[in-house]
Amino acid sequence: MYNFEFEKPSSIADAVAALGGDEAQALGGGQTLIPTLKQRLASPTTLVSLSNIPEMQGICTGDDGALCIGGSTTHGAVASGAGAYLGLAALAGHIGDPAVRNRGTIGGSLANNDPSACYPAAALASGATLVTNTREIAADDYFLGMFETALEEGEIVTEVRFPIPEVSHYEKFVQPASRFALVGVMVAKFADGVRVAITGASEEGVFRWAEAEAALSANFSSDALDGLTLDADNMIGDLHGSKEYRAHLCGVIAKRAVAKAA
Amino acid sequence: MPKDGEIKSGIGASSKRREDVRFLTGNGNYTDDINIRGQAYVFFLRSDIAHGTLNSVDTSAAAAMPGVVQIFTGADFEAVGGIPCGWLVTDKHGEPMQEPKHPVLAHGKVRHVGEPIAAVVADSLEQARDAAEAIEVDSSELPAVINMKDAFKEGATKVHDDLTSNLCYDWGFVEENKGAVDEAFKNAHHVTTLELVNNRLVANPMEPRVAIGDYARSDEQHTLYTTSQNPHVIRLLMGAFVLGIPEHKLRVISPDVGGGFGTKIFHYQEEAFCTFAAKACNRPVKWTSSRSEAFMSDAHGRDHVTTIQLALDKDNNFTALRTDTLANMGAYLSTFASSVPTWLHGTLMAGNYKTPLIYVNVKAMFTNTVPVDAYRGAGRPEATYQIERVIDMAARELGADPVALRRQNYVTEFPYATPVAVEYDTGDYHATMDKLEEIGDFTGFEARRKESEAKGKWRGLGINNYIEACGIAPSNLVGQLGARAGLYDAATVRVNATGSISVMVGAHSHGQGHETAFPQVVADMIGIDESQIDIVHGDTSKIPFGMGTYGSRSLAVCGSAMVRATEKIIAKAKKIAAHLLEASDTDIELKDGMFSVAGTDKSVAWGDVTLAAYVPHNYPLEEIEPGLEETAFYDPSNFTYPAGAYACEVEVDPDTGKVTIERFSAADDFGNVINPMIVSGQVHGGIAQGVGQALLEGCSYDEESGQLLTGSYMDYAMPRADDLPFYSVDHSCQTPCTHNPLGVKGCGEAGAIGSPPSVVNAVIDALHSGGKEVAHIDMPLTPDRVWNAINNA
Ligand SMILES: Cc1cc2nc3c(=O)[nH]c(=O)nc-3n(C[C@H](O)[C@H](O)[C@H](O)COP(=O)(O)OP(=O)(O)OC[C@H]3O[C@@H](n4cnc5c(N)ncnc54)[C@H](O)[C@@H]3O)c2cc1C
Repeated sequence: MYNFEFEKPSSIADAVAALGGDEAQALGGGQTLIPTLKQRLASPTTLVSLSNIPEMQGICTGDDGALCIGGSTTHGAVASGAGAYLGLAALAGHIGDPAVRNRGTIGGSLANNDPSACYPAAALASGATLVTNTREIAADDYFLGMFETALEEGEIVTEVRFPIPEVSHYEKFVQPASRFALVGVMVAKFADGVRVAITGASEEGVFRWAEAEAALSANFSSDALDGLTLDADNMIGDLHGSKEYRAHLCGVIAKRAVAKAA
Repeated sequence: MPKDGEIKSGIGASSKRREDVRFLTGNGNYTDDINIRGQAYVFFLRSDIAHGTLNSVDTSAAAAMPGVVQIFTGADFEAVGGIPCGWLVTDKHGEPMQEPKHPVLAHGKVRHVGEPIAAVVADSLEQARDAAEAIEVDSSELPAVINMKDAFKEGATKVHDDLTSNLCYDWGFVEENKGAVDEAFKNAHHVTTLELVNNRLVANPMEPRVAIGDYARSDEQHTLYTTSQNPHVIRLLMGAFVLGIPEHKLRVISPDVGGGFGTKIFHYQEEAFCTFAAKACNRPVKWTSSRSEAFMSDAHGRDHVTTIQLALDKDNNFTALRTDTLANMGAYLSTFASSVPTWLHGTLMAGNYKTPLIYVNVKAMFTNTVPVDAYRGAGRPEATYQIERVIDMAARELGADPVALRRQNYVTEFPYATPVAVEYDTGDYHATMDKLEEIGDFTGFEARRKESEAKGKWRGLGINNYIEACGIAPSNLVGQLGARAGLYDAATVRVNATGSISVMVGAHSHGQGHETAFPQVVADMIGIDESQIDIVHGDTSKIPFGMGTYGSRSLAVCGSAMVRATEKIIAKAKKIAAHLLEASDTDIELKDGMFSVAGTDKSVAWGDVTLAAYVPHNYPLEEIEPGLEETAFYDPSNFTYPAGAYACEVEVDPDTGKVTIERFSAADDFGNVINPMIVSGQVHGGIAQGVGQALLEGCSYDEESGQLLTGSYMDYAMPRADDLPFYSVDHSCQTPCTHNPLGVKGCGEAGAIGSPPSVVNAVIDALHSGGKEVAHIDMPLTPDRVWNAINNA
C-alpha cells in the first residue's frame, strides 16, 4: 500500500468536495478497494471514506413505495433490514462471508460493477434508480460493461431506490473459489411484466435477458423458459467455466430462480 | 479392543489437545510473532515472467531510496552454494539425475514466475517495497515450457541451458522386471488402460512462510527463526551446503508452525537469504510471505500425468501392472522433489493387491513453473489414485463388482514381499473392507440412490483401498536408494528432581498434537499423570539431532526413540529404587508410578526415586551416575504400512454438473492408536484435503505465457466446511506394526491419500447411474468438467 491522506466527512457535500481533490477516491466498505491498494494496483493520494455520512445510511420506504437504501448501507444491514423486498435481502445475505457483509456496501458494489457481483443483477432486474450527488440514473442506463458505469469522476452513489416486485428471487451458482457468481440470475415479477437480469456470465457485464422476460411475462413458470437459449459467443470463458457452460447455466439458473420466486 | 473414550489416560485415551489452549486463545508463538530489536525487513523482487534472460539488474536508484539498508542480487550469491536437493535418483541406465544449480537469487536467467531476482533490506517493509519498485530489471523474455509433454519433445526450449534436455531422469522400476511384465500383458485375458492427471496443488498452510535471520558478532552465532517442519534438516542443508556455517555456530528455531503439509519441509532461498543478510547487514532481517508470494514460491504438490495399464486373467486375477508417468519437477529441484515420484510412488504400486508383476516408469521433467515437492502423502496419493481408478475401470469393463474384484486380489498373507521392493509386515484388508461396508451402510445405498433420483439427482458410490508407507527407513537402505540424509529420529528424556519430565524430541509438531500424544506414551510407561510431562521441540539448541516431521513418521520413528529412552530411564530408576528398597533391581516392578519389590509390600514412589537421582545422599554412586536423563536414537528396520478402505457417496446435479458429497466413510488400520481423538482429527483433515484435490483444487498455468492463473483464493478453490459432509471414520481394525515398540503405523497422510479415488469413482458411478457412459474425468471434478463430460457422453 502506498501512503495516502484519509478523510472521513460527515455529509455528502463535504465528501463531494473532498473528492474534487487531485486523485482522490471514495472508500466504501473497502472490500474491493483495500485489497487493490495492498497489491499496489491503485495509488490515490486521498481516500474519502463514505462510512460516516448519516444521509447515506439505512433503509426506508419512499413515497412511491420503493425501497430506498443509502449508498453506504452494508450488505449485512440490507440482509437483515430489507424485509420488504425479500429477494433483495436474501441476495445481500449471500454476498461473501460475514466479514465482507459487515463492511461492504451497496454503493461500493454498484460503483465497482464487477461482472460477477450480485447487486448489479438486483438493480437491473428491479429497474432500480441510482441516486447520486448530482442526478438520478435508471439502472438500464447505468451499467456500461465490465467494471464500467455511467458514474462521472468524483460522482458518488448516495442512494438506490428499488421498486418492490410482487415476487422475486436471486439464484446464484457460485464460482467454486471466489464464491462470487459464476452465473447469478435475478427474476422480478411486477404488475406490468417480468424482468430478468444475469450477472457473472457475460463479457459485457450484467445484462437483461429479453426473450426470457417476454416468455415469463406471458407465463410466469419455469417451463416458459424451455427451449430458450443464449448465445455463447459473448459469454465469459475461463478456468471455472467455458462460454458454452455459462450460456447453458443461464437457462438452468433462470429456471430455478423462477421456480423459487416468492 | 476398548471403545473410544473408555480409556481415561495414557495410551488409548482421547486426551484433549493441550496445545489448543494457546492456539485457540491467540497465544501461540509463531515465527511472525517474533520481533528482534533493530530488525530490518526484506522484500523480494520476484520475476513476473516465466522464462527470460536477465540482461541487467540496476539497483542504483533503489539503493538511494529512504530507509534502504542494502540491496542484494544474484551476483552477491555467486560464491554461495545453490539450494541442494536431498535425494539423488539414478536413472534406468544407471546414470545420475540431472541436477541444475538452484541459486538463492536468480542469476543470468529467471525460470519461473515468482523466482526472486533481488532482495531489498530496509528499515520498514514499505520502504523495502518502494525501493524494489525502483530496481530496473532489463530482461529478454524466452518461450516458456509449461506442459510436460511439450517439455519432453525433441528440440523443446530448455529450462536449463547447461543440461542436455528438460529430462531430470528416466527411472525404471524394477527395470529387470520389464520384460516379464510386457510378456504378461501379451498373455492377458483383459487389459484396462487409463490415462489420468494427478492435478497440481498448492499446499496453502494457514500460516505463510516466515524467516528471520539474526547474527551476533560477539560470538559469531547465527540464528534462523523459520516456519519449518524440521529445524535440524534446515541447519544441516543450509549450514553445510549453502552458506558454509559450522553447525555449532548456527541455531535454527521453528516455534509454533501453523500447518506444513509438506511444503515446510524444504529448505528455501528466503531462509538462506535472511541468514546471509543478517550477517552482511549486521542486523536481524525478517521476511514474512504474503499469500500471493506463497502461491508462487512455496513448493507445489503432485502434478503427474500417467498412463496405467492393468492386466487380468480370465478369472479376474490381476496378473500385471505397468505405468508411464511424467512427473513435474518445476524449474529447480526442491529438497525432496526427486524422491517423490520414484521411491515414494513406485514402491507403492502394488497397493493392497498381490499383482505379481509390476513395472513403473517415471520421467521427471523440468518446466518453467514453481518447484514441485512433497505434499501430504507425497507420491503415495499418486500411486493410490492410479491403482484404484484403474481397478474401478476394469470392474466396470468386466461387469465385476468393484468390492469383490478388489477382495479377490487382496494380499492376505503377511509378511508379504511385493514385486516393487517393499515388504508389508502386517495388515488385514478384508477386515477394513468389512468395516467399511458396515459404517458406509452399503446395503442401504440402492434405496438412497432412488431417493436421489426422485429429486432429479444422480447418486453414485465409490470405494477404494489404499496402502501407504510411513516412517521411511532404514537409513542404510535409503542411503543406497540415493537419500543424502539419515531417516532415524531421536529423543532425550530429562527427568527432573521432583519427577516431572521434559522430553526433547526431533519431531516437530505443526498441528499434529504431539504435545498431547507423546506425553501419553511416557505417562503410560511410568504410570504417572500426563500433566507431569512436557514435550520440547523445534529448536536445534534444545533438542537432539532429529529429522523432523513428515511422511507420518513422528510417532513411529521419534515416538519409538522416546520409548527407547524412557526404557533406559526406567531401567536406571529401577536400580535406584532397588538401592532404596534394599533389594535386587531384577525384583523391582514399576506400576502406577510406584516401584515395589515383587511379592512384598515394600515400595517407593517415582518422585522419591527421581529426587534420589538428583540429591544422591542415599545412592549407589559407585555403581551408577547421579541424574536421570537418557537419549535414544531410533532407526526403524522397515517402513510401516497403514492401510484402509474408503467410501464416498455423491450426488451429481445433471443440469449443472455440480457434485455434492453426501456421505464419506473411512476404515483405517493404523496399528495401535495412542490418542483416538487426534487420529480421527488427522483423518478428517486429510479427507478434507483429498476432497479438495478431487473436486476443487487445481493449480493452473497459462501454457503460452507461463503465468500462474490460480495465484489467489479468487481462483484457487480451497475446500470449505460446507463442501464436506460429516464423516464416519473408524480405526478399530488394528494389526499392530511388528517392528516398532509401540506397534504404531502413522495416520497423518492417510486421509489425503485414501480419499481422492473414492470421490472420483463415486462421480463416475453416479454418471453411469444417470445413463452416461463416462469412463474418466480428470481432477478437480469442477461443475464445468462434469457437465462437459455428461454432455459429450
Ligand atoms: C472475500 C470476498 C467475497 C466477496 N463475495 C462477493 C459476492 O459473493 N458477491 C458480490 O457481489 N460481491 C462480493 N464481494 C465484493 C463485496 O461485495 C464488496 O463489498 C463490493 O464489491 C465493494 O463494496 P465496498 O463498499 O467494499 O467498496 P470499496 O471496496 O470501498 O470500493 C469499491 C469501488 O467503489 C468506489 N466506491 C465505493 N463506494 C462508492 C459510492 N458510494 N459511490 C461511488 N463509488 C464508490 C470506490 O472508490 C472503489 O472504486 C466479495 C468481497 C470479498 C472480499
